[in-house]
Amino acid sequence: MSALLEVRGVRKRFGGVEALAGCSFRVEEGSITSLIGPNGSGKTTLFNAVTGFATPDEGDVELRGEKIQQLSPDRIYAKGLGRTFQQVRVFPRLSVLENVLVATSHSSVAQGLRTRTGASERERAMEILEYVNIARLAGVPAGSLSFGQKKLLEIATILVGEPKLLLLDEPAGGVNPTMTQQIGDKIRELNARGITFLVVEHNMEFVMGISHRVVVMARGKVIAEGPPDVVRRDPAVLEAYLGA
Amino acid sequence: MKPNNMLAAGVISLALAILLPLTVLGSSSAGVIAFVVLVLAALWAVYTIEKRRALLTSLIGVIAAIAYPLVFNSTEATTIMFFALLYVAIASSWNIIGGFTGYISLGHAAFFGLGAYTIALVADRLGLSGGYGLFAVALLGGVAAGLFAIPMGYIALRLRTIHSFVIVTIAFLFMYQLLAFNLQDATNGSSGLAVPQPDWSGAFFNIPFYFAALLLAVLTVGLAAWIRNSRFGLGLMAIRDDEDKAAGVGVDTWKHKFTAYVISAVPIGIAGAIYAYFSSYIYPQTVFDPMIDLTIVLSAFLGGMGTLLGPILGSLVLQPAQQLLTLYTGAAGWDLVLFGVLFLVVILLMPSGIVPTVVERMRRARVQEAVRKADALSQDAVPDAAAEGGQG
Ligand SMILES: Nc1ncnc2c1ncn2[C@@H]1O[C@H](COP(=O)(O)OP(=O)(O)OP(=O)(O)O)[C@@H](O)[C@H]1O
Ligand SMILES: [Mg+2]
Repeated sequence: MSALLEVRGVRKRFGGVEALAGCSFRVEEGSITSLIGPNGSGKTTLFNAVTGFATPDEGDVELRGEKIQQLSPDRIYAKGLGRTFQQVRVFPRLSVLENVLVATSHSSVAQGLRTRTGASERERAMEILEYVNIARLAGVPAGSLSFGQKKLLEIATILVGEPKLLLLDEPAGGVNPTMTQQIGDKIRELNARGITFLVVEHNMEFVMGISHRVVVMARGKVIAEGPPDVVRRDPAVLEAYLGA
Repeated sequence: MKPNNMLAAGVISLALAILLPLTVLGSSSAGVIAFVVLVLAALWAVYTIEKRRALLTSLIGVIAAIAYPLVFNSTEATTIMFFALLYVAIASSWNIIGGFTGYISLGHAAFFGLGAYTIALVADRLGLSGGYGLFAVALLGGVAAGLFAIPMGYIALRLRTIHSFVIVTIAFLFMYQLLAFNLQDATNGSSGLAVPQPDWSGAFFNIPFYFAALLLAVLTVGLAAWIRNSRFGLGLMAIRDDEDKAAGVGVDTWKHKFTAYVISAVPIGIAGAIYAYFSSYIYPQTVFDPMIDLTIVLSAFLGGMGTLLGPILGSLVLQPAQQLLTLYTGAAGWDLVLFGVLFLVVILLMPSGIVPTVVERMRRARVQEAVRKADALSQDAVPDAAAEGGQG
């Protein structure tokens, strides 16, 4: 296995807070890797640094060996790296279908001006909505969906861009057990189809259930990593959680 | 009441409230005519929304607009509709950046003024005389506006917040006004500039201007419709809803906003040039006028920002009202009072504008039904406090 994503010595400071203090780890191609850690340990900031929403002060982010830390979010998405946000985010005034269509292709502005939001893409978008069970809501403004439906829509939206690597920030946060189960199943299914995952999640049962590898962060650094059952028993991890 | 009846009732009573006092006030038939126009426009809007036959109803609207000056040929009647159509173009164009993209520019009057000064200066330097040819020169007003919009957009959109954008655009407008006052050699300062008189006159005087404004309105609405249905337009609306998220799913937000800004300047530049030719004399304070921006925003806001129909409907309501007020009271300033009152009424009763309010009401019932069904299926019982969705 080779590293699809490699984070090396990334630092990010907000005023007096060092949110990332030299963070390094790898995400192997084809894996489901979970990123866990106490509140405020820098997980979301790391996602931002990897996806172009926050430029690291120091360090490198490499996607298949290519440095991407200076690229804008749209460029990084075009390279096959999609993400969801911790606070569920959809385009509330666009319809569910339009939400997905926004993400279908990354055409230039000139192309975009000439292209109508087209039939072939519509079909693909509908397939994906079908896949996450919200196809019947295609015409509804996304703002009127329930919380769980918005989460599914978020995943559908990034799926349509055919990403190689998906970063999910608390996909099971705030959803009921049935939906959590559903989301876990989808992640496994998609992984079997070749998509690599990096998942931030506080629900330990969920994490232990889906992950091949677990990376543990505390105070902006990686303090442990390995297979789920090894990490679970790591004293440093227990200490970070209890002492936080 | 059914929602479409509600819209009709709403628009018509709004029109009544504005125009009835005016028709009583004035002795000419222009008020009555404008009122009839408004009611027709409202009915047309209702039909369009309800039946979604945009193309057919637009065609009917255009035919009605072509027939209008043949039926109502008084100077007042054609002047009123000239301004209404000019503002249909201006507000629809502004809507591309202000409505679709959500970046409220309060400085688009800069492009109006740039267009106006372009036609005046070009005609003067080239020694052109009045005639139909000057309408071609008016196109240069659009070119100039577009060219100036490039550095302006670059600066105004650099800071990535809507607040800073609003402030910078206002600053631009006043900067141009100051320049127009102070670059005496080019602009003649506060004495203003003359534009050559047309070589037609009399009762026919308004007609070419009317059709120029109509053509510009049709082309601009067409442009806005094209953009709204394009992939580019979808990107703009995604930016309006959530700019970060848009970037996160591959929308090149900077290029989208910049392009929308520059495009939206062009028709307004042409409108400014047509206005300059129509009024035959321009001053810095009348073409680089913040009132123009207030009018644009209020028109778009009244009808519904970000919808195609909104700025059209808003302009068709507001312009006749404003023109009639000026016509009958003879005093400037009453239109400001009207604007203030209207702003309050709209904000209080329909904060998202006429068209979105009605469309929303019509949809809500259907939507809730669909959401409930799907929810039952996916067994997702978590209630969502934020189910209202955004609007603005
Ligand atoms: N934009 C910002 N400005 C200032 N401080 C920030 C910013 N973003 C994050 N921080 C700080 O950086 C630290 C790490 O935050 P981050 O959101 O990355 O943690 P997290 O691991 O995602 O936490 P949680 O599990 O609660 O989501 C926190 O102390 C936070 O307050
Ligand atoms: Mg977080």
